[in-house]
Amino acid sequence: MSKKQLGIRLLQMIIVLIGISFLTFILTYLAPGDPVRAMYTANGIMPTEEVLNAAREEMGLNKPLMVQYVNWLTSCLRGDFGDSYAYGKPVITLLLTRLWPTLKLTLASTVLMLIVSIPFGVLSAVYKNKWIDYVVRGMTFFGVSLPNFWVGLMLMLFFCVRMGILPVVSSSGDFKSMVLPAVTLAFAMSAKYTRQVRAAVLDELNQDYVTGAQARGIKGSRILWGNVFPNALLPLITMFGLSVGSLLGGTAVVEVIFSYPGLGNLAVSAITAYDYPLIQAYVLWIAVIYMVINLIVDLSYIYVDPRIRESR
Amino acid sequence: MKSKMNMSKKLLIFWGILAVLIILAAIFAPALTGGADPTTGKLVDALQAPNSEHIFGTDKLGRDIFTRVIYGARASLTATFTVVIIIFVIGTFLGVIAGYFGGIVDTIIMRIADMMIAFPGLVLAIAVAGILGASIRNAIIAVAVVSWTKYARLARSLVMKIRNREYVAAAVVTGSKTPNMLLRYMLPNALPTMVITAATDIGGMMLELAGLSFLGFGAQAPTPEWGLMLNEGRAFIQNAPWLMIYPGLAIFIVVVVFNLLGDSLRDVLDPRDE
Repeated sequence: MSKKQLGIRLLQMIIVLIGISFLTFILTYLAPGDPVRAMYTANGIMPTEEVLNAAREEMGLNKPLMVQYVNWLTSCLRGDFGDSYAYGKPVITLLLTRLWPTLKLTLASTVLMLIVSIPFGVLSAVYKNKWIDYVVRGMTFFGVSLPNFWVGLMLMLFFCVRMGILPVVSSSGDFKSMVLPAVTLAFAMSAKYTRQVRAAVLDELNQDYVTGAQARGIKGSRILWGNVFPNALLPLITMFGLSVGSLLGGTAVVEVIFSYPGLGNLAVSAITAYDYPLIQAYVLWIAVIYMVINLIVDLSYIYVDPRIRESR
Repeated sequence: MKSKMNMSKKLLIFWGILAVLIILAAIFAPALTGGADPTTGKLVDALQAPNSEHIFGTDKLGRDIFTRVIYGARASLTATFTVVIIIFVIGTFLGVIAGYFGGIVDTIIMRIADMMIAFPGLVLAIAVAGILGASIRNAIIAVAVVSWTKYARLARSLVMKIRNREYVAAAVVTGSKTPNMLLRYMLPNALPTMVITAATDIGGMMLELAGLSFLGFGAQAPTPEWGLMLNEGRAFIQNAPWLMIYPGLAIFIVVVVFNLLGDSLRDVLDPRDE
């Protein structure tokens, strides 16, 4: 990626980010229910009409839509996402305390996913239409068809209730409590990613240079790990970025099942409580994290693909 | 080669029959369950383990789980097909338009799609469903809002592939009207791939909708819906695991059948693959 391309990419990112922020804002603006009333009732107070009007005035909620949006956006840029209605604390501190557990969980399940899917994907591509390929494909088929929240519940039933070797509630966020959430998340992702690894490696194996190398008597394993795999890496990195993104989004369900103290769990309870500042900030944060991951993925091409590196 | 074609056609028919059976089970749920009511039960029957009278057991309100699982197919299938049809129509329409006209129309549609794609996975769907209020209808809207982009991108790329062919230019020069161009040249060209994509998406959409219901943002009690049933059964994981096992199995089986149906449809319509 040249400097100019990078510039264009960053510009596009900024435009999309502005769009995202507007979308997030409008979403809560259009929501039925009165946020001011919600804020009071969340604290157990039944407010009178005068109190509500005064609060609206103070929070700037009776200004025109665009003015509200610009005000909201500028304070977001300063790192001020407002106060949570339900917790009464600044949203930013709430999110920060929950961010690390979610990132830890995402990281753990990503590592698990890679450990499982790369060897199996490569094996099943190399032994295409042999028994091992059928086994791997059968497993991936199960993986993509099982609801991940059900997998989580079944794992919980087996390991926590029947065997009693892992905690039912993962609220502490330590290693033992992370095992099942991470395995649950990795389960479905591994199935999808194994398929992608297989497809990418198969694509490369069908290239002419592989036949050429074989004809010259180069060892199969050397062709595989020296040529085929590095070449298959490029599409795999793109899909890896997408996988990490959907992991970030998918954590919510799993966090709820295991009562894991992460961002997703916080967001779900925020939605149930109509805690709009918290919801806005969560959606915005996840979108930004996801975009940054995608940017890193694009940048990593420079190191993986010499053609891109040299055209710089 | 010929026998392979026949094989994939046979598979398509096989999975098609299974899918039809599932749909029939949903339609004729009252007959299958012997007229039992899925939403009311006798409290004296609460939390019975599977037995000869209640083969899947009963829940905390004494409702028969087998009845609720069968009726649950109605909620899941209707919601899933609605979502798939909505995103298919909207996505194909916007994609064809963006690809055919290009320029500013294309830019606007595709930048909106970019924004939707910037939200990973279920995040936006959760936010939309949560903010609009929890109901099946809103869960459908939420999933549709997030998922149409894939179809739009696909339809756009298919249209752009033939947009600059000579026969298209010839048709324009000889005075074909724009609606005619879209309907007679662009849409038929994109349609097979779009149908395959929609068919393979049914399973995934079903999982997403069940996930939203599981979180409490979809179907509401006392509707028999598999995701919701799993959520309700969760509290009884220690002493009534059958509350979670059967709805989950139901989701799994239906998703497997529709996934395999989609895959075999792809094999029949698009033999280029493999």
